[in-house]
Amino acid sequence: MTIYSPGKGWPMIKFDAVHKRFPNGTTAVDNLSLEMPEGGITVLVGSSGCGKTTTLRMINRMVDPTSGTIRVAGRDILEADAAELRRGIGYVIQQSGLFPHRTVLDNIATVPLLLGWGRKKARARASELLETVGLTAGAGRRYPHQLSGGQQQRVGVARALAADPPVLLMDEPFGAVDPVVRTQLQDELLRLQRELSKTIVFVTHDIDEAVRLGDRIAVFRTGGHLVQCAPPAELLARPADGFVADFLGAERGLKLLSLTTLADVPQRRATTVRAGEKPAPQAGWQLVTSAEGRPLGWLDPATAAMSGTGGTAGEAALVPVRPLSDGDSLLSALNESVASPSGLVARVDAEGVLTGVTSREEIHDRAGTAHATATRPASRAADEAPASHAALQRRTA
Amino acid sequence: MYELFSDLGSWLTSGEQWAGPDGIAHRLAEHLQYSLIATLVAAVIALPVGLLIGHTGRGAFLAINLSSFGRALPTVGLVVLVFLASGLSMTPVYVALVALAVPAIVTNTYAGMTAVDADVKDAARGQGMRAHQVLFQVELPLALPLIMTGLRLALIQVVATATIAAYVSFGGLGRYVFDGLAQRDLVQVLGGAVLVAVIAVVLDLVLAGLQRALFRHRHHAAH
Repeated sequence: MTIYSPGKGWPMIKFDAVHKRFPNGTTAVDNLSLEMPEGGITVLVGSSGCGKTTTLRMINRMVDPTSGTIRVAGRDILEADAAELRRGIGYVIQQSGLFPHRTVLDNIATVPLLLGWGRKKARARASELLETVGLTAGAGRRYPHQLSGGQQQRVGVARALAADPPVLLMDEPFGAVDPVVRTQLQDELLRLQRELSKTIVFVTHDIDEAVRLGDRIAVFRTGGHLVQCAPPAELLARPADGFVADFLGAERGLKLLSLTTLADVPQRRATTVRAGEKPAPQAGWQLVTSAEGRPLGWLDPATAAMSGTGGTAGEAALVPVRPLSDGDSLLSALNESVASPSGLVARVDAEGVLTGVTSREEIHDRAGTAHATATRPASRAADEAPASHAALQRRTA
Repeated sequence: MYELFSDLGSWLTSGEQWAGPDGIAHRLAEHLQYSLIATLVAAVIALPVGLLIGHTGRGAFLAINLSSFGRALPTVGLVVLVFLASGLSMTPVYVALVALAVPAIVTNTYAGMTAVDADVKDAARGQGMRAHQVLFQVELPLALPLIMTGLRLALIQVVATATIAAYVSFGGLGRYVFDGLAQRDLVQVLGGAVLVAVIAVVLDLVLAGLQRALFRHRHHAAH
């Protein structure tokens, strides 16, 4: 089935009054009506047994609904041939599900080969994708068990992208890798998504992952009920009920700050000293910068006073600084302001050159305002939510 | 005792014992022929059954029990039974040998198919493979090491049991065993038995080596 895509934001996938009851009598999905916009990441979250995976698997007919209709690009998928439909939809699962008897390259070439591209063209496309997902050409000749868990997941993503499908289904794809690798894979997915603009449906039980990746988050409750579907900021600010609030966790307020950037938080000139130069005595904590103006660390007032008698800034032991740029979140700023000995956060431009500093108090105030704005009563904030969300999203850009 | 072994040694190595229509070379060829035909027929019956029940997950209980029943049948009894029903031909021998080989092939094929990781099968279907593509491109290649083991076991059992062809007057290495028993010629009986044992072991080693060579890059393949 060829999937025609009319444009960003249009509902690419549409569930209409969908029920799924399994033969053993359990209801996996209960009266689900949900739209997944084209070019966006819709994350389905909920505890195990809430029907999120069944919902995902109904999109490529790995599971057929008991009643209701599901449309992909406007077409009722029950009218399509299941195998052909699946070739037009990328599918990534938790343990990667790679074919252990095929090389990485042949694994990636699976769908192109099923579509009859021929071996040569399919392999050429597979090599191209190895690079897209950040693997070396050498990895293509290896077998899946010779790769790390993170690399296997990358191959799983490459395999799903091979025939360039407009829709990508990801069923807890990063659930089995360690937190560091998971963060890397999430960053990579966001980077890929900026380039490719696929319609992605992503299942996870990790709310942080959902907030990080989702343009929209759909929260499911046991028994297959959809409780709320909203952009992350709106969800965090105004959870529909106690269940959603509990699911989002006690640090809901902080998570909300992770969606707001530092961009419009004012900064002022910092007291700096170049490495190798004499620090001004008794000037409090001073920021030492390199010759190019990149922050190197904080200089202790006591050390500065001592070195005033002859030493230079470069020789002193510096307290590490973690400079932030406009794209970083208010949450990182709050964290850095707590960790910084001076209570100041060093701000840098895209090249890492110091532009100024912001105080702990300013960041704290801004965090409070941001939270208050987001959680304002629904009537007004709802109108602003999409716009503010767009500005907040893709903060890793 | 020493005398017996030295007689056995000269029986096995004498040139005239190897030559002619009663010679070891000819009997060995007959024995291998019976064994290969029986194993091949068994494979033709057992492989599709094993693959089908493994792929669909249905009928496994019935098929496994039926084939275990086949394994439990006394081979000589089966030969006599079919001989009484159909008269003197190689048919009773082949029926008995096939009945012996089928269970090993069915159970190993089925085991190989069920050992294929459910995630891998799920992913294969999810990428858009049709049922026959999942079977032939994913399940079969992954089950192949265990299927090969089944064929190997079956062949070894058949080689060891093909001596019964001589029981109903046909050839093979069983000739020496039954003739030797009739003539109270212990050396001939032992010679036949040793030859059967040696070709069984040699075949097993050769097939095991082949299996290793074929699947050397996939020691984790079954998972």
